[in-house]
Amino acid sequence: MKTCRTHLLLCAGTGCVSNGAFEVMRSLEEEIKRHNLTEEVSIVATGCNGFCERGPTMVVQPDGIFYQRLTVDKVPHLVEEHFLKGRPVKELMYTEAKGRPPVPRMNDIEFFRHQVLIALRNRGRIDPEKIDEYIANDGYAGLARILKEMSPEEVISQIKKSGLRGRGGAGFPTGMKWEFARRSAADLKYIVCNADEGDPGAFMDRSILEADPHSVLEGMLIGAYAIGASRGFIYIREEYPLAVERIKRAIRAAEEYGLLGERIFGAAFDFSLRVVRGAGAFVCGEETALMASIEGKMGRPRPRPPFPAESGLWGCPTNINNVETWSNVPVIILRGADWYSSIGTPSSKGTKVFSVVGKVENTGLVEVPMGITLRKIIFDIGGGIPGGKRFKAVQTGGPSGGCIPENKLDLEVDYEQLAEAGAIMGSGGLIVMDEDTCMVDLARYFLAFLEDESCGKCVPCREGLQRMHEILDDITEGRGTMDHLVLLERLANTVKKASLCALGSTAPNPVLTTLRYFRDEYESHINEGRCPAGVCKALIRFSIDPEACTGCTACRKVCPTDCIAGERKQPHKIDPDRCIKCGACHEVCKFNAVRKT
Amino acid sequence: MMTIKLKIDKQDIEVPEGTTILEAARMLGIRIPTLCHHEALKPYGACRICLVEVRAGTARASTLVASCVFPVRQGLEVTTDSDEIREVRAGLLELLLARCPGSRQIRELAGEFGVHETPYTPRDHLCILCGLCVRVCDEIVGARAIDFSFRGQALDVKPPLLTPAGTCIACGTCTTVCPTEAVKLEEIARVPYGHAVSETHPGERCRVCGTHPTKPEFPANYDDWFPK
Repeated sequence: MKTCRTHLLLCAGTGCVSNGAFEVMRSLEEEIKRHNLTEEVSIVATGCNGFCERGPTMVVQPDGIFYQRLTVDKVPHLVEEHFLKGRPVKELMYTEAKGRPPVPRMNDIEFFRHQVLIALRNRGRIDPEKIDEYIANDGYAGLARILKEMSPEEVISQIKKSGLRGRGGAGFPTGMKWEFARRSAADLKYIVCNADEGDPGAFMDRSILEADPHSVLEGMLIGAYAIGASRGFIYIREEYPLAVERIKRAIRAAEEYGLLGERIFGAAFDFSLRVVRGAGAFVCGEETALMASIEGKMGRPRPRPPFPAESGLWGCPTNINNVETWSNVPVIILRGADWYSSIGTPSSKGTKVFSVVGKVENTGLVEVPMGITLRKIIFDIGGGIPGGKRFKAVQTGGPSGGCIPENKLDLEVDYEQLAEAGAIMGSGGLIVMDEDTCMVDLARYFLAFLEDESCGKCVPCREGLQRMHEILDDITEGRGTMDHLVLLERLANTVKKASLCALGSTAPNPVLTTLRYFRDEYESHINEGRCPAGVCKALIRFSIDPEACTGCTACRKVCPTDCIAGERKQPHKIDPDRCIKCGACHEVCKFNAVRKT
Repeated sequence: MMTIKLKIDKQDIEVPEGTTILEAARMLGIRIPTLCHHEALKPYGACRICLVEVRAGTARASTLVASCVFPVRQGLEVTTDSDEIREVRAGLLELLLARCPGSRQIRELAGEFGVHETPYTPRDHLCILCGLCVRVCDEIVGARAIDFSFRGQALDVKPPLLTPAGTCIACGTCTTVCPTEAVKLEEIARVPYGHAVSETHPGERCRVCGTHPTKPEFPANYDDWFPK
């Protein structure tokens, strides 16, 4: 292996790539060549580093200097200054706010400082396309250990002792799940990795697969040995082309090294893996629908029992875990259950990866210990709300999660605490909302998504979500009555209790939690015909304050329906009948004369 | 074979392993309403009308499960009628009544749970998408002439690829199992309902019952039903 004095770890996750990471990489290569530094400086395209908001990002090792928002035109200067003359470039470093001094080292940045990396341990550190780099970082050592030293029962007892719970959302104890599958007697058993991450705004699983695909393979191999499975599937969304490519490449590399196939590590253990791509149905993330889809049938859930551990793929015992769960497994084996269970809360051990998105300064992917408060995630790591706006709520757990208000921000994140607040852990989406978000409209948005994604098999989910959506349409369009609210709550409970699968039974969560914490907003829509956040078009009106209007004509020029009239330097007026409430005038007015009421 | 002891509505019963709660309740003469269930077909669990409360062993809280698909377990305590169950069933029937206001069967069942009108905007379906016709055509007749197409709100029963199915033998079994009379034999022949036979396919008798038509009023010669 070539030794270089400097390694440039350039993030090549989906976020950074779409911001031009590959162009930056090519330009870096050219510049480094131009300065004859190719023997001294090497470039490594890593998986997602997590700080997507600041992409493309790059870490310079061994000094640990973090560069952000790189562009092609800044590269020549950077290469010359830092890599030739040894003077780190301050302008490309992270600053918390304008005027504050730059923070040169990655580990000193607030966004990274509070994180504990287990599932994402190799993110931004290794080239995900090179199996040797994974192996150099203790990769496949856990697999070697179990095959040489441990019986399947011992592996299961380690996982049970670690307290690891399913990271796909439901939080079922992983060790127990494995034990059920182990106990099912059968000639053929299957292992499945659920990588059908469908929550809008969630990208934990994608990032793990892109940044460290071998950690998932190793976890699956350990699981396969523990339950006695010889075949496995990775069910991954077609919408994740980079992740699909990397996992396929990882499988090929593992096969070449004899880490997949027959007699792995010389032990009496055979395992082969196949990738199955999902066609983008959200419901296929539900395990029974996922299995139906792998079998080539319509992706529709079926009732449980029988659970997959008894009868899964083609009737064989099957164990399904999510990407993040699998990537935790090798570390638990290597560092021990006691170490893992020392992190977290009494009921939820270890760490959880969250994708922090929405109205938050530092959008990105974070891995934090269980028991951290929401406040710390959103304000310390996430950097708070941009534009000096007020925090309103955070939705945890994706579209069927719940909205948690400000007075519950000190809630310590674990499965139970979130459930108590009416939300769910889900797969780890965190959508932050500020004062400009209408909670009724938000509930309607998520409901519309789930209505669209419902498979339509059972009555409560198919018919119920449709009717809840209708009621919310009525409320947001000014036709709501207080009877609607009673009906909505009753219907939400029916759907929650009666649905066949978790899609239906969690779908009412956004409605139920917003009714619980933001009932006043529903009541304002109904009783006052007013949308407090100024979002619901049917309930807002735009008008121009003649006192404040300077007659600059900016609003008149921008109005798409020409409904603003007025002479230059005279107060303007909006014709409410022709106004389509697009808000363009409101945005363009420099004098705060366009009022939204 | 192992037998399982459980309690349904405070009555003790012992049944073979693998029996569903619904079957066990029926052995005791306890009526649980169903829409998507048929003794001759595999359980499906989609209409959710047959929900009952179960409590296992030491568990404090009970949960609602669909009795048609839930297998009995040792020591299970089942309640088939309670305020909560009636409320959820009524909620489901309000939804179904809104979907199929014209269905006599849905109206009658809804009436039993005190639902005489629906709070939602009515639609004009007859089909409740219970899947009985689809399943009987697959599991009993073996023709697989119809299946579900699309998803969610758009879910519908159609012949494969939305074209008349050459495998339909016009046995009419789908019409006999339909709980809401949404499938009519005339329509099987005439295409509009969707699951239609090919016009050139000769009518056949049911492979299972063989000798006689599924309903006495059905014509001996199915060719009569095809448009000329």
